[in-house]
Amino acid sequence: MNIYIYTIRRLLYVIPVLLGVCFIIFFLFNVVSPDPARMMLDKHATVKQIAEMRHELGLDRPFFMQYLDVVKSAFTFNFGRSWSTRQEISEMIMDGAIPSLSLSFPAFFLATLISICISLFVSFFRGKVIDRLAVIFCVGMMSVSSLAYILFGQWFLAYHMGLFEISGYEFGFPFFIPYVILPIIIWIILSIGPDVRFYRTVILDEIYQDYVRTARAKGLSEIVILFKHVLKNAMIPIITYVVIRIPFLILGALLLESFFSIPGLGGITLDAVKSSDFPVLKAMTVLSSIAYITFSVITDVLYTVVDPRVRLK
Amino acid sequence: MESAQTADFSQNTSKTKVAKSKSLWQHAFSSLLKDKIAVIAFSFVLLYAVVALGAGLGIIASDWTKEIGPSYAAPTFKYILGTDIFGRSVALKAIKGTQVAMLVGLFTAMLSITIGVTLGAIAGYFGGRIDEFIVWFYTTFSSIPYIMLLMTFAFILGKGVTSVCLALGLSSWVSLCRLIRGEVIRHKDREYVHAAAAIGGGDFRKLFLHILPNVFHIVIINFSLTFQMAIKSEVILSYLGIGVQELPSWGRMIDEAKDELARGVWWQLAAAALAMFIIVLAFNLLGDALRDALDPKLKGK
Repeated sequence: MNIYIYTIRRLLYVIPVLLGVCFIIFFLFNVVSPDPARMMLDKHATVKQIAEMRHELGLDRPFFMQYLDVVKSAFTFNFGRSWSTRQEISEMIMDGAIPSLSLSFPAFFLATLISICISLFVSFFRGKVIDRLAVIFCVGMMSVSSLAYILFGQWFLAYHMGLFEISGYEFGFPFFIPYVILPIIIWIILSIGPDVRFYRTVILDEIYQDYVRTARAKGLSEIVILFKHVLKNAMIPIITYVVIRIPFLILGALLLESFFSIPGLGGITLDAVKSSDFPVLKAMTVLSSIAYITFSVITDVLYTVVDPRVRLK
Repeated sequence: MESAQTADFSQNTSKTKVAKSKSLWQHAFSSLLKDKIAVIAFSFVLLYAVVALGAGLGIIASDWTKEIGPSYAAPTFKYILGTDIFGRSVALKAIKGTQVAMLVGLFTAMLSITIGVTLGAIAGYFGGRIDEFIVWFYTTFSSIPYIMLLMTFAFILGKGVTSVCLALGLSSWVSLCRLIRGEVIRHKDREYVHAAAAIGGGDFRKLFLHILPNVFHIVIINFSLTFQMAIKSEVILSYLGIGVQELPSWGRMIDEAKDELARGVWWQLAAAALAMFIIVLAFNLLGDALRDALDPKLKGK
């Protein structure tokens, strides 16, 4: 089977998955959730008022039609209006995307780069004290609550020491930078633990392969082996690991955005949770799932391009 | 591979060699005992479990609601970890919080393992249409980002310990399901399974009595990791206001600390973060040690 047929088949498989995602979202929000009409009106609302509200929200329509609405929104990106701000949701998403990406993109890039460098360094000293310390350090860093990092950074570094902006955001290229530096640093600290552990495992898996022994036997230096042979072969799991997390960047860092008052998509999502804003929550779930599905197709296709050994089934 | 061979062996040997059939587990156990970090980590897990049980039965920290001093008293010898806004002891709150953390961790891990193992084993063993359906089902589930799924479940199920456990369990079974499915597929055509079939074992007997014990190490490792992940996620849910309500939890303490830090009240954050750090670290280290001891692929490295 050649790569084009594989790609097309992989794309076709997207349809049932997307329909399934829509079904889960529909099932959770439209079938099992508490009645939103009651949540929006106060508890003294009459039966008639509730019925009118349900009609206005389209909740009195047959379930199948409501499911079709969710599916339709996934293909047209028309998510309707927010219940709390009455704003067009697609507009909210457009507005929120830039602040989110201005935080998450540089943070993700730097975190990945730093983690790969550290793990290459650590695998060079595999089995030695540096390596063991680094592993213990990573596990330690992973074990601290992310909220603790954020609160400590905001309170101590920004408020107490005055090194960074405490919170807020300004649009435009050079102006946003002071507001995202501290969140970026916290993001990097949060991801170094799991990332270094993962990259180190991947690199060490390769280091014990036969071809490395051959390379060493013909007299190549350890550095050349590490960069030219091991890194190249470790690239497949690394690429998967990196690419599959790109869709989560659009959600930004939910907690970081909310703590540092960055008006991004993550903040919008958390506000929607707090104000029971169903359409926004649905839209964000649909959107992030679509992003995830898209990128998992890209990873699968990249796989076959990067590594000819991967057989197409 | 080691596990398959030992099980294979146990199928064919007589009673005199029963001791040998358990060699994988015995081997794992003895290497775990030699691993100092694993022993220490496990002792901490036990300690937390005892504290949680004590708090649950009302033996320890049952008077956490009592006012012991002024509001926001700083940590001194009298108030070991200071007091909160109502003058309650932060130390007792942190201890009482252990109950919620361990409860949430345990139930979440159990739920996610039950779902993951059942679906994964059925998919891997029976294959065909059932497999396709289950693969579709978990692909769908894993296409929704974990945090969105978790928030949605927690939001819809409402507040409280039970719904937090349900939400966490329902959103964290996919990775285990995928692993178990893969392992069952690798095992189902092994000789020991055919041997079991030859002496008249049915599908469920083969699956639950023969294959599952051989892939069970994955479950144990996963238990440890899911447990600590649940403790960490409970904190985030509590911060979002859709977490535990009725009992003091570390998440709620950190949430309260958010407003207190500006006044310089850091002890509530420190107590909760430290209590959490120790148990999460213990589970992480234990998970690693279990993986080293139980994963046959890592043997000899």
